Amino acid sequence: MKLSKNHSFHIVKREPPVWYIGLAIRAAAVILALIVSGVIITLLTDKNPIAIYASMIDGAFGMDIRIWSLFQDVAILLCISLAVTPAFKMKFWNCGAEGQVLIGGLATVAVMMFLGDKLPLPILLIIMIAASIIASIIWAVLPAIFKAYWNTNETLFTLMMNYVAIQFVSYFLKSFVKTGSGVLFPMPEFGLPVLFGKQYLLNIIIVAVMTVLVYIYLKYTKHGYEISVVGESENTANYIGINVKKVIIRTLVVSGALCGIAGLLLVGGTNHTINVETAGGRGFTAIMVSWLAKFNPIFMVFTSFLIVFLQKGASQVSTDFRIPQAISDIVTGIILFFIIGCEFFLNYKIVVTKSVKEEK
Amino acid sequence: MAKTAIELKNITKTFGSVVANRDVCLSVDHGEILSILGENGSGKTTLMNMISGIYFPDSGQIFIDGKETVIRSPKDAFDHKIGMIHQHFKLVDVFSATENIILGLKGKGKFNIKEATRKVEEISHKYGFDIDPNKKIHEMSVSEKQTVEIIKVLYRGADILILDEPTAVLTPQETQKLFAVLRRMRDDGKSIMIITHKLHEVLSLSDRVAVLRKGEYIGTVKTSETNETELTEMMVGKKISLNIHRSEPKNCEDRLCIEGINCLSREGVKLLDNVSFTAKSGEILGIAGIAGSGQRELLEAIAGLQHIDSGKIIYNNPKTKTQDNLRDKTPLQIRELGVRLSFVPEDRLGMGLVGNMGITDNMMLRSYRKGKTVFLNRKPPHDLAERIISELEVVTPNSETPVRRLSGGNVQKVLVGREISSSPTVLMAAYPVRGLDINSSYAIYNLLNDQKERGVAVIFVGEDLDVLLELCDRILVIGSGRVTGIVDARSATKEEIGLLMTKGKGDEE
Amino acid sequence: MISFLVSAIRLGMVFLFGSTGEIITEKSGHLNLGTPGVMCVGASCGCFAEYLYLKQVGPYASPFLAILVAIVATFIGGFLMGLLFSFLTVTLRANQNVTGLALTTLGIGISDFMIAKTGTSFGRASKYFTASLPFAEDLGWFGKLFLSHGILIYLAIAIALISSFILSKTRIGLNLRSVGENPATADAAGINVSLYRYLATCIGCGISGLGGLTFIMDYLNGNWEYCIDAFGWLSIALVIFTVWKPNLAILGSIVFGALYIASSYITGVSFANKELFKMLPYVVTIIVLIITSMRNKKENQPPAHLGLSYFREER
Repeated sequence: MKLSKNHSFHIVKREPPVWYIGLAIRAAAVILALIVSGVIITLLTDKNPIAIYASMIDGAFGMDIRIWSLFQDVAILLCISLAVTPAFKMKFWNCGAEGQVLIGGLATVAVMMFLGDKLPLPILLIIMIAASIIASIIWAVLPAIFKAYWNTNETLFTLMMNYVAIQFVSYFLKSFVKTGSGVLFPMPEFGLPVLFGKQYLLNIIIVAVMTVLVYIYLKYTKHGYEISVVGESENTANYIGINVKKVIIRTLVVSGALCGIAGLLLVGGTNHTINVETAGGRGFTAIMVSWLAKFNPIFMVFTSFLIVFLQKGASQVSTDFRIPQAISDIVTGIILFFIIGCEFFLNYKIVVTKSVKEEK
Repeated sequence: MAKTAIELKNITKTFGSVVANRDVCLSVDHGEILSILGENGSGKTTLMNMISGIYFPDSGQIFIDGKETVIRSPKDAFDHKIGMIHQHFKLVDVFSATENIILGLKGKGKFNIKEATRKVEEISHKYGFDIDPNKKIHEMSVSEKQTVEIIKVLYRGADILILDEPTAVLTPQETQKLFAVLRRMRDDGKSIMIITHKLHEVLSLSDRVAVLRKGEYIGTVKTSETNETELTEMMVGKKISLNIHRSEPKNCEDRLCIEGINCLSREGVKLLDNVSFTAKSGEILGIAGIAGSGQRELLEAIAGLQHIDSGKIIYNNPKTKTQDNLRDKTPLQIRELGVRLSFVPEDRLGMGLVGNMGITDNMMLRSYRKGKTVFLNRKPPHDLAERIISELEVVTPNSETPVRRLSGGNVQKVLVGREISSSPTVLMAAYPVRGLDINSSYAIYNLLNDQKERGVAVIFVGEDLDVLLELCDRILVIGSGRVTGIVDARSATKEEIGLLMTKGKGDEE
Repeated sequence: MISFLVSAIRLGMVFLFGSTGEIITEKSGHLNLGTPGVMCVGASCGCFAEYLYLKQVGPYASPFLAILVAIVATFIGGFLMGLLFSFLTVTLRANQNVTGLALTTLGIGISDFMIAKTGTSFGRASKYFTASLPFAEDLGWFGKLFLSHGILIYLAIAIALISSFILSKTRIGLNLRSVGENPATADAAGINVSLYRYLATCIGCGISGLGGLTFIMDYLNGNWEYCIDAFGWLSIALVIFTVWKPNLAILGSIVFGALYIASSYITGVSFANKELFKMLPYVVTIIVLIITSMRNKKENQPPAHLGLSYFREER
């Protein structure tokens, strides 16, 4: 690349920066992204940017109910992010969390619908949990088996499984909803218990516990270590006698089970019904949450909070200033690109060298 | 004719804190062959990469035909008629020879493959190459691939050719053929730079020799006015005799008996052809051969990483006095049998170690399964890491630094250290000193010797015949997947082994 | 049957644009999972430009300009998305999968946003795109099958054939393939790897974007009914079936089109069971994925460097 006559730019790898510089670079990226989002919204609405940021904060924290809903959404997104993390750490590109969550939710709804009034609540809950986890495991482990034995492209396999799950849900709604409308009314009476009168509290507690457990699983257990080795180098894994096939399948069982819990929390603990939009793209957002946090569950709390905050804020902006709801996706996209882009400055540095002598 | 074609002045290049080249100056005339001589890691390849535009020097000047020139990219290098034949061939596997040769050439629109093929054949004829222009690269032998590389630069009209270790992968016959071609090119007025660390090649081929040592330029001498001793001195700094201490093998028992193993590649080529030998405790068995003759497959078959189609791998367990067949067992099953087999693979950071993990976590690779709980116990591997760092003098900030950031010698110490820490009964090491400086190499030789004296059956795959002859007790020579001979290292000569290395090739044709 | 095939071809061309674009992108070594977003943005840019154009000229629109405006706008929309992807993956060396997924999120957002501004009905504009040769109807099944289509259908086939020719027969194609197979080799041969990657990705995304436009303007007759992202994913899958060859993709895309619409043409199936039939393209994709992975041949492999970034001074 030749940018000027006397200077040339070279990009060289750098040692990972000390933690506070790394943090500063990331913070700068987030702030820049916020500024860019603000500018874009300002251009679209002709409103004072301060008013826009105020509206964003209002949308996220404005009322008790908004704060609860913010934390609830963080919990669900975090839960799915935790679910995809073991697979990603192993470099298994599971883009099927969307479908895995949905099918778990479908299993939950089916149990609620068909057994809801036949069994006592505790037994019903146990069956719900088991059903959602098993359904999601099946969805996750199928691509894993083919990946392990025939190296089938897991990215496309899992993506396709998303749509199969969606069709299953719409089939279910069209065949079993008695009104024939294809819309299932919520069944809160069969949902997860409500703690202290706070509807989302249980979800949040479950996900908090899960975060800690996944952190321990990845960092301090033999399974977690095997996942890291397989992810870093399959050759090494073979060399030391790790059964790579087994690890791939086992990890996707874990991943699927966690997706099942997310489906359970979404259906049993939140919506009490299902439609094809229940997962709402979180399966994909979760991949980025996990990636941006470098697969560290503790960091994921922050990244998922950031993204949910932006989505909530942007959605409030869209109501307040009458611009389309889709602005929240755009803002999410912008922030993702800034954080993805800032990785570069963590791993590389640009060196300017003076050219030897002036060229003629 | 003797006019300077290319001249380098005070070229310096650093990678991070490592100085690859410092103030290197050299020149080549038209119609001359210059050898660039130096040990592994002396900066030869980096230097040549700067001429061919792969790297850009931090400082210094390059003159071509007396004019100062800035080479920023391989394209610039081509424009100055410089062509480099890399050690790792830069060819696209799924393309044909001709397609590879015309790759990147200017020209509008549709390419005329027939015309190009004709020109390739013309060049082949002129210099005496033997090549099928329509053959796909992935179907070619190593020497054919090299030929494609050379034709590629000639096709582009290169006047200055750089060859990076061209003979490392060739048989002596192929080497002679290559040298004949190179001499013909020199007589045609081309300037040739050949990177090598083999002295006899330097003496038989080149007109002048430039020597590098640890990135520094030592000097240039005329080949006719020098000899092996002087060149070695320039290359290593001080006169060295390979004084490796070799003890007589003691208490030899048959430890590992390989009986007639065969192994086919996915394409059906015989990688191992009826290989049989015995490795004894308390001795070092060397394995010599041209790179890619089946050494890797052999070791990996023993380690349980390579499926074999027939034959037996019998391990005589010294404790239980039982015989186990290790064939087609996984590494884990082999360990569960109580076989203490250690393996230092050729690919250190891609197989033996995980580059992104610290020394402690790399120690754990072998031992993490210990203990009944599902949790890892990091204490023992951490202690082992600290012990290896201090005993083997590994240079590292601490035991958590990712090993990919260590130098090659230190990486190898970590790997060998781990492999011998489990007190093995069989130790296999593939090219354990490749890319290491003299001191690290000796450290590794001593470790291997030490293991031998402890009664370990050591299998050492090497490339330097001098080392093999001085370090090992017996040397097995492998050629095209067959055992072409097993000789006593104390009485064998280099010529004898060199001859055996090239045997076994003729059987295919 | 004829109308089934005609619909299959019309829908198939959505996949054809999508996968031709993705093939060009993948040949450079970029696995762009942002194709769904790219197709959405392409479609919405085309529709947006068309909306503005028709508003501007009122009832006196020139059919030629109407078509040109939309195609150019779509291409530019896709091109810019490709530029964003390349900037992140080539210049900033970001992970391609993550960047692609983020691109999809952003793309769907942008397109929903734009469509919220213009409304979802482009019936008038669609007329220009679906206009066919006047005598096509008179030629019986032959005319219906081959001549009755709108301009985008023929454009799709033309682009696929041209891409196929460029990839296999020209220097540019040879250079591009080498960049995806072995960028270090390409670099050493004097090929500007970054430039090729940038251009292939941007042009590929531009072409993929046209798939979105085809879906709205041709297949749906201008009614923006539902999101395009599923077609993006299927287009990426189609690339694997057609072993990275745009000319094979012509056939493959029609098969995909047929599978996708099969559920609406199967009679005697209940409303609910049709939902199960809609799984067909996805299930078939999975099955073909599995089969191709089981028998792997050297010639039918993806570009060897697919999904990996290239950094010259890496060591």
